[in-house]
Amino acid sequence: MLQLQHITKIFNRGKATKVVAVRDLNLRLAPATFTVVVGANGSGKSTLLNLIAGSAYPDGGTMLLNGREVHRLPDYRRSRWIGRVFQNPLLGTAASLSMLDNFRMAALRGSTKWMKLGAGSTFRKQVAEKVATLGMGLENKLTQPMGTLSGGQRQALTLLMTVMADVDILLLDEPSAALDPRSARQVMEIASRLIAEDHLTALLVTHNINEALRYGNRLIQMENGEIIRDYDEAAKRALDHSTVVSWFDYF
Amino acid sequence: MDFYIAAVIQALCFGPLVVGLFLSMKIFNIPDITTDGSYTLGAVITAVGLSQGYPPMVALLLAMGGGALAGCCTALIHTWVRIHALLAGILVMTALYSVNLVLLGRSNMPLLDYPDVFDRLGMFDSVDGNTLSVLLLFVLLLLLAMSYLLHSDFGIALRATGDSEPMIRAQGVNTTRMKVYGLALSNALVAWSGGLMAQFQGFADINMGIGIVISGLGAVIIGDTLINFMKLRSMLPMLVCIIVGVVLFQSVLAVALSAGVNPSLLKLTTALLVLGIIALPRVGGALQLTKR
Repeated sequence: MLQLQHITKIFNRGKATKVVAVRDLNLRLAPATFTVVVGANGSGKSTLLNLIAGSAYPDGGTMLLNGREVHRLPDYRRSRWIGRVFQNPLLGTAASLSMLDNFRMAALRGSTKWMKLGAGSTFRKQVAEKVATLGMGLENKLTQPMGTLSGGQRQALTLLMTVMADVDILLLDEPSAALDPRSARQVMEIASRLIAEDHLTALLVTHNINEALRYGNRLIQMENGEIIRDYDEAAKRALDHSTVVSWFDYF
Repeated sequence: MDFYIAAVIQALCFGPLVVGLFLSMKIFNIPDITTDGSYTLGAVITAVGLSQGYPPMVALLLAMGGGALAGCCTALIHTWVRIHALLAGILVMTALYSVNLVLLGRSNMPLLDYPDVFDRLGMFDSVDGNTLSVLLLFVLLLLLAMSYLLHSDFGIALRATGDSEPMIRAQGVNTTRMKVYGLALSNALVAWSGGLMAQFQGFADINMGIGIVISGLGAVIIGDTLINFMKLRSMLPMLVCIIVGVVLFQSVLAVALSAGVNPSLLKLTTALLVLGIIALPRVGGALQLTKR
């Protein structure tokens, strides 16, 4: 379980351009819940994700993951428990490495990378089986460099890599934003399936209202660095598209 | 003929240097100018080591240690002080000039009275034959060791650090530490070249590293062109292409000199050659576009 207590993040402190991106925020993510966060640009949802992932450190408050304080740990140390899928499909994989090498790194997440050759036939078979579940026909292209694949394929593989080793929290940072509608739907369906199958605790940040309503069992709206709406599964189910659109209707 | 054999010997002495540059510039995406300083550092440490009575191989190992330390300094300035890698490299290179001068105690040290690694095997009657065989052995060991390293879990993490930092950090890798390891390894190889060249030429000179990064870069670009042309993906053939690149580069320079180019113009010729290697594919591409 992830608990955020009185988390605050201020950018450009002491300058005229000071921005309070996250303001005294409290959030509790129960195990095996899929929470969706919506909000206008600058509402603080991406900062919230960065604070949880460890790419940014909070200026105040504490963050507990299964009772362990994690808010002072750098992102690479938190990656042992927290997996992340980036908005940019090119960031989650290394283009010049083969698919197999990318998965090798994912399989060793959180453990030391020694000077041994690990991507043997057993590992290759294991990766091929996992990749085949995507239904994209990529299992025969394991030695191909990641850079030769499309954005949608790379994002789907990033998702699979994220759950290759055990994770407690899965962070999805607008994973479909840079994809065409078909690939976007495909990636979100894969994410939803993996979250359900592995009983993951997930947090999805999105601008897409259809996605926000279709996926997850909790919906949060952020504004000015605060959570202003929080719907549980039953309340979320009662929401419709026009209602959620009206939350953003400022004019 | 001896002239061309000397060019190949010189190219093989540069073997570790170009592999080090390939590591820093192509795999790590860091333009590491420390090379000019760490190459001389390697030669200087080797010279001082030999003059102190250390065996030639030990002197080379000490040189590699010195190079690794120089690479660590550049990486730490880049990652801790958050200075651009190019500037960090220039700072360390500048500092190394003084370090080298202090270590050597003078601007030039002849090494002809000391033993060198090239007469270890003694398989051939000719000096060139022995030198060539020792260098080929060194290059073979280098290629095999680097190929293994870059295919290992550690090596994949090293390559991923230069490719996508967010990706490899998300896999639990401390990229700051990886940059330190990478630049230390790269500069250790560069210093190895400096040590080899000092033993081959029979002297260490404080200015022998000036512009060496450009010569190395030219060779790496030729190697990289071959890699792209042959669409290579495995590390061993890629590294072989880099070595072929340095042999071709040094051979072209040898041809230029034998064709009557004034040796005083060697650095200018090198710079023009590298410019030509970089510009030719672009000019070719632009011409093709114009034709359309």
